[in-house]
Amino acid sequence: MNGDRTMFDLSGRKALVTGASGGIGEEIARALHAQGAIVGLHGTRVEKLETLAGELGERVHIFPADLADRAEVKALGEKAEAELGGVDILVNNAGITKDGLFVRMSDDDWDAVLEVNLTSVFRLTRELTHPMMRRRFGRIINITSIVGVTGNPGQANYCASKAGMIGFSKSLAQEIATRNVTVNCVAPGFIESAMTGKLNDKQKETIMGAIPMKRMGTGAEVASAVVYLASTEAGYMTGQTLHVNGGMAMI
Amino acid sequence: MSDIAERVKKIVIDHLGVDADKVSEGASFIDDLGADSLDTVELVMAFEEEFGVEIPDDAADSILTVGDAVKFIEKAQA
Repeated sequence: MNGDRTMFDLSGRKALVTGASGGIGEEIARALHAQGAIVGLHGTRVEKLETLAGELGERVHIFPADLADRAEVKALGEKAEAELGGVDILVNNAGITKDGLFVRMSDDDWDAVLEVNLTSVFRLTRELTHPMMRRRFGRIINITSIVGVTGNPGQANYCASKAGMIGFSKSLAQEIATRNVTVNCVAPGFIESAMTGKLNDKQKETIMGAIPMKRMGTGAEVASAVVYLASTEAGYMTGQTLHVNGGMAMI
Repeated sequence: MSDIAERVKKIVIDHLGVDADKVSEGASFIDDLGADSLDTVELVMAFEEEFGVEIPDDAADSILTVGDAVKFIEKAQA
């Protein structure tokens, strides 16, 4: 507690979370909402968004869109800005994987991952940045990954997109810092999710061996980092990447 | 002053938060009105929106004063 107000209070702030129908995105949306924010849920699966919106109750809007479709990305930005009455907090969380060893990686698998994970971030952020600059407040939070920094065999496309996100964030952070709009990344390590749930015991054992905390992280632990970066208290943080990985990589 | 000049002036006053009497035709956005490079980009975007014209980057680079903006827009709309 800080005097008579709670830290990390987001009351009145309007947030848009992409990929909110997935594990980590859902936790981010829940956490922002719990801090008082009005939350826009983007996703591809409408029923999942409706279910989550129903659970959260008030202060929720849903925005289904396909981020592989450039026109839909632009429309998403316009719609969210209009319907929420200005997006203060943008969380670019949506992402896809199309894993495969590099020598066998197809153009399609490369293009699809870069389009959704990086190009849609550029386009959506461009739609929403200028209004943030005008209002002299904004929080852009990009969900990258530990592998964007360390690399990972079988994920050249995914790692390229996530590393690209970090460079993108640093450049934008420098351009718009004077407008009180911050741009940061959160880089999760291994997080309990549908994706990691598919790993077999042997794979899990190997991964645990590399994590000092000997456990996977939770979506809620990633969401806490997002809440911090979205808050007024994080006003002097920009161009940074917060690593939430149980000590798996200390960078 | 023409209608275009009045509208340009209003955008500049609103955006940069400067006094109306400082916004003369020869006033330089950066040197006289305290704009930074990001402000000049935002002004160009505001002019595009207000007047429904497209201002390409090389043209935008040559719009340094209020008068430059008015001239460009008058030409574009002619």
